[in-house]
Amino acid sequence: MLFGTYSTDGFFDELFEPDGRPRTGAEPLVRKIESLSAGELLRRQQDAERTLLQLGITFNVYGDGGGIERIFPFDVIPRIVSATEWDRLEAGLKQRVLALNMFIDDVYHEQRIVGDGVVPKEILMSSGAYRPQCHGLKPPRGVWCHINGADLVRDRDGQFYVLEDNLRCPSGVSYVLENRYVMKKTFPEVFEASSVRPVVDYPSRLLDMLQSLAPVTVTQPKVVVLTPGIYNSAYFEHSFLAQQMGVELVEGRDLLVSGGLVRVRTTQGLERVDVIYRRVDDDFIDPDVFRSDSMLGVPGLMDVYRNGRVALANAPGTGIADDKVIYAFVPEIIRYYLGEDAIVPNVPTYVCADPADQAYVLAHLEALVVKTAGGSGGYGMLVGPAASAKERAAFAERIREKPRDYIAQPALALSRVPSIVDGGFEGRHVDLRPYVLFGEDIYVLPGGLTRVALRKGSLVVNSSQGGGSKDTWVLAHKSAAESKLHQAA
Amino acid sequence: MLSRVADSIYWMSRQIERAENVARFVGVNLHMRLDLPPGVTEQWMPLVITTGDDAAFSERYGAATRENVIQFLTFDTDNPNSILSCLRAARENARGVREIISSEMWEQLNKFYLMVRDTAGSARARELPEAFFADVRMASHLFVGVSDATMSHGEGWNFARLGRMIERADKTTRILDMKYFILLPSLSDVGTPFDDLQWSAVLRAASALEMYRKRYGRLTWEHVIDFLLLDHDFPRAVHHCVIHAQQSLHAITGTPFGTFRSIADRRMGQLRSDLDFAMVEDVIGTGLHEYLDSIQVRLNGIAEGVFETFFAMRPAPVLSAA
Repeated sequence: MLFGTYSTDGFFDELFEPDGRPRTGAEPLVRKIESLSAGELLRRQQDAERTLLQLGITFNVYGDGGGIERIFPFDVIPRIVSATEWDRLEAGLKQRVLALNMFIDDVYHEQRIVGDGVVPKEILMSSGAYRPQCHGLKPPRGVWCHINGADLVRDRDGQFYVLEDNLRCPSGVSYVLENRYVMKKTFPEVFEASSVRPVVDYPSRLLDMLQSLAPVTVTQPKVVVLTPGIYNSAYFEHSFLAQQMGVELVEGRDLLVSGGLVRVRTTQGLERVDVIYRRVDDDFIDPDVFRSDSMLGVPGLMDVYRNGRVALANAPGTGIADDKVIYAFVPEIIRYYLGEDAIVPNVPTYVCADPADQAYVLAHLEALVVKTAGGSGGYGMLVGPAASAKERAAFAERIREKPRDYIAQPALALSRVPSIVDGGFEGRHVDLRPYVLFGEDIYVLPGGLTRVALRKGSLVVNSSQGGGSKDTWVLAHKSAAESKLHQAA
Repeated sequence: MLSRVADSIYWMSRQIERAENVARFVGVNLHMRLDLPPGVTEQWMPLVITTGDDAAFSERYGAATRENVIQFLTFDTDNPNSILSCLRAARENARGVREIISSEMWEQLNKFYLMVRDTAGSARARELPEAFFADVRMASHLFVGVSDATMSHGEGWNFARLGRMIERADKTTRILDMKYFILLPSLSDVGTPFDDLQWSAVLRAASALEMYRKRYGRLTWEHVIDFLLLDHDFPRAVHHCVIHAQQSLHAITGTPFGTFRSIADRRMGQLRSDLDFAMVEDVIGTGLHEYLDSIQVRLNGIAEGVFETFFAMRPAPVLSAA
């Protein structure tokens, strides 16, 4: 099926140069797709969708009749990231996570960064994600955020920006692994020609990292994944990761604290738990310390944690570092702790709590995207250019009422990737969520979740808002590919 | 294994077996009505009585017509024991243990559920009900086969088999009991083609007709009872089910045979030894219906014992700190 009439429409396209030539590294893929008949390509797309359906790779939508299952839409045309571009992203992500971890540790100890006037105290204290209960906690090796993601976007000029940070156990990595599994079945030939870096070892690396957090006296640590249960939107992922790591998936009601340890109820009695990869929010993990009405957590868990007899990943309290207002300070945070400039820049951000910024935001709503400081999943945001005058006026009112809750960013012209729409190719906007593990060292998975806004012209890629996903191909350096060939021979 | 996980696997397995057996009840009645002698009308109420949900049925449906009974037993989501409700519950249970069962098992159960759900209210449900119920039975067999072939035969698998065998034993007693409800024994019918027809329907409901013929040849009611209750080798016979349920129970606990450590071990062992040494004359002496009733009560007792021993979520005793 030919890309003949495909147009990049003036956007940055991840597969094609503005003149229509494939980008470096995309040639084998483009050649392969063009060699297939339209029917064959559509058949492969359908096969891929059927595989995902049969694997039961679904997510639940909140506020939609109590957990309706949906298939996460998938498009077989992958997104390609060149080796050089990736090097830069990887360095930028490591730098960012390192600095944010230092920030979290500082926030819950001396708060030097406040004393030195870099982050205003009232911004910190008014954050919905700030947890005074975490003061003085000493997680193993001083690492708070073990599993991280960042949402990256490219603007029209091709420059990558960090759009948001995710330091509260971001979801989506299971789709990265399953998408790759499906794509290897769909385009096996192209993988061989393109030297795509593998992502398959993520679960092993995750398990290694989690085991490294166990109290030092434990020789064979027992790791569990803690899920809110089957009605959680990311339940599939919790279950998938537990299965891939070969560890138990538990709910709060399976755990209890006794004798100063966390234990799990089994058919043979109680067993000690050493590391909990928890996918339950801070507020719900321990009703004795956080929300007392939580049914999802384990009473007494935080005491055991404080005594260093169980490890939590991520540590409680990390949400402070992905508050969207704190986000605006991240370049300063990096400079403050590391003495470096951010390698991957922020999107310019207006903090509505700042009077000058607020005035600018209110005057330019039609060109801005406004987000809630504590929101996620694409909920509670205003996309100025797409909103009606009435919606903008209503949002302006909310900003004036609670300025601390809002930030604004220019509406970016997100980069696009060709996608199969009605039997042809059309460009659709994408973002990229890479995954970063922080244990004994920092590891960036060479790949990530490319989310795609499947509605024409839409910039919102969230799965809850009509988004889908694509496989992300990070290419190896030529020399690395060659050395792989030598090894094989 | 987590108590919650064991509980889910056990119930997933029971619910699938239950769905299969409901399909057996209905399928056989559909088949039998075609062979009824002139002047005898179809009987659908015995099916509802057999499942034990007759009160709920009468209240909501009234007349026990074919359509009403099939709807109630198959697609009615307000009836917790309908095929669709059982499969929905089994699937929810499976979803909670997806990382424990094999992905092939999940896929098969998912397809099974979708097949039944998509048939509800469709033309197919009205036009070809027999073929549909055959599909349900086969989908359940497939699930069991896939489980045996893809899941390690460890603790989880044993909980699945334990649940399946307890459920199947219970349902076989109910299939046998159907005959009791269909027609009160009438001396004039004994040995007539009509009587043969009913006993062969009972055997067919348990997929037992062919294996019965190999074992006994002619249909006699004593042999049918002997075969479905006391046969050692036929996989739907109550005795066989209890033997395998006991094997799984002991594989889980590690308790040696002939001894017990829990109420589940003890009740299971008692039923097992009674069945080991029972003769069909004992059953007839007690009265078939009464005997079947007592087996059902004892199976319930075993199920309660399993719950107490493995799943009960009461506060655990405080252990000393390690």
